[in-house]
Amino acid sequence: MPSDGKLPVALVTGFLGSGKTTLIGGLLGHHAMGETAVIVNELGEIGIDHHLLRRVDERTVLLKSGCLCCTLRGDLAEELRDLLGRRDRGEIPLFKRVVVETTGLADPAPVVYTLLAEPVVKHHYELESVITTVDAQHGLVRDESLRQVAAADTLVVTKTDLAPESGLAARLAVLNPAARIIEASFGAVSPDDVLTPSPHPRETGSGDAPAYGHGDVRAVTVVLDDALDWAAFGIWLTMLLQARGSEIYRVKGLLDVGQDGPVLLNGVQHVVHPPVHLDAWPDDDRRSRLVFIGAGLDREALRRSLEAFSRAAP
Amino acid sequence: MEEHWAEDGGRRGRLSRVRLANRVLDHFGLRLDDWGCRTYVLRDRKGRSAVVANLGEVWVEAERLAGRQLDPLDPELVTALAL
Repeated sequence: MPSDGKLPVALVTGFLGSGKTTLIGGLLGHHAMGETAVIVNELGEIGIDHHLLRRVDERTVLLKSGCLCCTLRGDLAEELRDLLGRRDRGEIPLFKRVVVETTGLADPAPVVYTLLAEPVVKHHYELESVITTVDAQHGLVRDESLRQVAAADTLVVTKTDLAPESGLAARLAVLNPAARIIEASFGAVSPDDVLTPSPHPRETGSGDAPAYGHGDVRAVTVVLDDALDWAAFGIWLTMLLQARGSEIYRVKGLLDVGQDGPVLLNGVQHVVHPPVHLDAWPDDDRRSRLVFIGAGLDREALRRSLEAFSRAAP
Repeated sequence: MEEHWAEDGGRRGRLSRVRLANRVLDHFGLRLDDWGCRTYVLRDRKGRSAVVANLGEVWVEAERLAGRQLDPLDPELVTALAL
């Protein structure tokens, strides 16, 4: 829960038919999820999602457009601003949290960007968690689902009743070492499972993890023994994201910048959250570790380059 | 002005960022100057220039002025930085 009075926003993403609405329905059934506003995206003319959600929560707001992509993220900002206005005018009850459901084909990055960059939205809301549902029966189907998996703080493997031996959770743990992974059928999850802060990135080991999709998508972890120069890191990462932003789906890391605690860094594609300076390290390992998820990533090239930038700092 | 995520550390941080950015940009024939601690000016050797607000924009404009992608993983750049 954000400490500065901002309203937490949970983003629920996942491919078509992967159980997003069921998950949200399950979450909203918990007492702790009372006073939640839900923004869903009605896909096409069917609008089943909308009706399902309305039974659970009358405060659902429908986006007017069919897809949350770059050009339409203004809709999300508008809906989030409108929620505040209607609340302040007493037209809707007070709410303590917002859940945003994206369409199955949505790239989560523009939605994350909207929450981090739109001036009014970022003043009142804080992205709490990105939750991605993945269907155990169909798994990782397309590039969109790889981007959604990479963006996740929590991955929920759904429909495990239909495919109990899929092994999907283990594959997802390799693909996104920065995420918590849980299995759930019929939306049976507790808010604590998906809305608490995600764990710190796990190391992926020194070998190459299996790759997915046409673009050879995999996670690589860069571990550095020496403290990093923070200014150099900022220059390096902004340059890297400009040059290779379309190939980097996610970056998450704990950085030793020569202070008592590490800096927590989290970015989805080209969108980087404000870095958080932590008071203390979570464990005895005080080396910087950065997880990248993306296409065609070369761990050694990343490490050599970052070290060269850091050492070149004045 | 919006603060970019990589731009903290006050004036001292800004100076060290400009200094290091210039070691990188020099490799591509470009130079960055701080303009009153509010914005930056990026120049190439042909006298063309661009005003940029933050580090993120530096690389967008640098790519345009250089006419090519500026890749931090470029082995020649990595070697040059180690000298």
